[in-house]
Amino acid sequence: MPDIGAQLWLLGPEIVLAVFAFGVILLDLVIKEKSVLAYLSIAAALFIMFTMFGRQGTAFGGMFLADGYGLFFNFIFLTSLCLSILVSLKYLPVERINFGEYYGLMLFATIGMMVMASAGDLIMVYLGLELMSLSVYVLAGFMRQSTRSNEAALKYFMLGAFASAFLLLGISFTYGLTGTTQISGVAQYIKDNGLAGNPVLAFTTILYVAAFGFKIAAVPFHMWAPDVYEGAPTPVTAFMSVGPKAAGFAVIGRVLTVALGPVSSEWTGLLIVLSILSMAVGNILAISQTNIKRMLAYSSIAHAGYALLGVIAGGPEGLASMMNYLLIYTFMNIGAFTVVTLLRTEGVKGEDLSDYEGLSKNHPLLSALMLLFMFSLTGIPPTAGFMGKFYLFVAAINAGYLWLTVIAVIMSAISAYFYLRVVMYMYMKEPGTVIPVQRSTAGRVALMFTGIAVLLIGVQPTGFIQMARSALAGFGI
Amino acid sequence: MNEILFGYLSFAILALSIAAITRKNPVHAVLLMIVMFFHLATMYLALGAEFLAAVQIMVYAGAIMVLFLFVVLVLNIREEEKGERFASGWPLGISLAAGLLILILIITDKVLTGRQGQFTQAVILQETHTKAIGKLLYTQYVFPFEVASLILLVAIVGAIVLAKKRLG
Repeated sequence: MPDIGAQLWLLGPEIVLAVFAFGVILLDLVIKEKSVLAYLSIAAALFIMFTMFGRQGTAFGGMFLADGYGLFFNFIFLTSLCLSILVSLKYLPVERINFGEYYGLMLFATIGMMVMASAGDLIMVYLGLELMSLSVYVLAGFMRQSTRSNEAALKYFMLGAFASAFLLLGISFTYGLTGTTQISGVAQYIKDNGLAGNPVLAFTTILYVAAFGFKIAAVPFHMWAPDVYEGAPTPVTAFMSVGPKAAGFAVIGRVLTVALGPVSSEWTGLLIVLSILSMAVGNILAISQTNIKRMLAYSSIAHAGYALLGVIAGGPEGLASMMNYLLIYTFMNIGAFTVVTLLRTEGVKGEDLSDYEGLSKNHPLLSALMLLFMFSLTGIPPTAGFMGKFYLFVAAINAGYLWLTVIAVIMSAISAYFYLRVVMYMYMKEPGTVIPVQRSTAGRVALMFTGIAVLLIGVQPTGFIQMARSALAGFGI
Repeated sequence: MNEILFGYLSFAILALSIAAITRKNPVHAVLLMIVMFFHLATMYLALGAEFLAAVQIMVYAGAIMVLFLFVVLVLNIREEEKGERFASGWPLGISLAAGLLILILIITDKVLTGRQGQFTQAVILQETHTKAIGKLLYTQYVFPFEVASLILLVAIVGAIVLAKKRLG
């Protein structure tokens, strides 16, 4: 094996995170103050974020690809990890689930996502997906005393196992057809042997779309999302509405646009159907929700539909707009969930829309930030959400999908109804009872960070989209 | 001889599986399943896949079966026998499964075999499956192997968190 040291260096981010994950689980035995473990995890994530860039190459015979694409997604995963941990700090004691394993599982889930985003082989895609999913199933059921949390974990697990089965069936068909599981090798074989139009390959494509559609919660593979998002602990909901979704998109980029790139006409049609259905079902069903976590679950389904536009448009421009959007979505969605988490205090659930009535009278700053996140999720300038959608729509129009963009714009207009209803509740209703807010410095830091990011990307949007574009150099599309 | 054995095994596996899912008594269903697992292992053996046969016995007939028996242990069998055998959505489930089966049947004759790797039948016969898999697992597939170990660790930690943790 050529120079093992150089290969391990490429794997550096994953190895460091794994070491910290072991450390957190072991230290949990001796450390009583669990917030130490949280800060340790954040330190690990920040350390990796600042040292990981610049890695380029393949390791273990092409099993692992260190490239800009993977590193950009790693940045998304680590950001969502840091923010979710900050949000968890005061939430866990309130729910009586202040255990060290929580942080360990978060780290393991992140390692899984990073493996997925850097996978050069279908086997790695599958193993990364399992590592991520298993950790998140446990996290979803972390509130053992709550039946809703148990239900969430079980539902997620059952349907997730189904999706894994589809993925494995797809991988084995691909292997049977091409004799390789290497992503670039599959693309090469399809091109060389003219496999386009082969019904087995078309069937395989359907299996992949179903498996990944489940992970990104796209309609019609979304049934689990509202119940799981509602039942899981709120910081976990924030984490899994961003991380696993971005990881799903990362493997869509690797498997569909690279491995199955030569037969892109076979999956583009499927993704268009998924995208339209996700935007329509997500936005329309969100209107009738009274629980804010459920509402944000439907909203996250709709956002998967928007981000799919980037994959459908394809090419470096389409993929860059998708990556940019997922990063922006990380900030605005975790921001919104931070507000939801801060309203959960001893004896007050704070999940109902009615809890937001007149919130601006008692908590003006919190309400102002929630307003910012809701505007951003709707896509109103000058917030980041607007710029993200703007790049997605431009990419789709340039690729010739004007009609699809028109549908997306109409759906965004519908979404304004339920996002702005939260704002209306906060600013135009009289407060019923005074809802207390967690006194959490860490939560405030997360809120401040996401708020600044949403505003900054909104007025200065070129930085991240440039970063995404240059990350795609040498991606092979 | 081989055809007769294959025919018997396929028929027995199908019949046992159908019998297992239609039993109302969970103990009977589990016992039928054990018999089915052994037939499946024999089939692997007849096809020359001795490693797979051994794994089939160890993992399914051994570990997974024990898991099933533990679940059966906590069930109230009298109550179970009173209820309906299938959940209310079974016609939908069976039509989805049938659709998938038909799709797979349609495409089976379109399957083209991809390029052959280094492990041809002659090589396997000489090296044996177990040795070939062991070699590959610790050389070419060492990275997936390590990631799989993380998955097992998460499963252990997860099981302890969900089942044993005292609530604060």
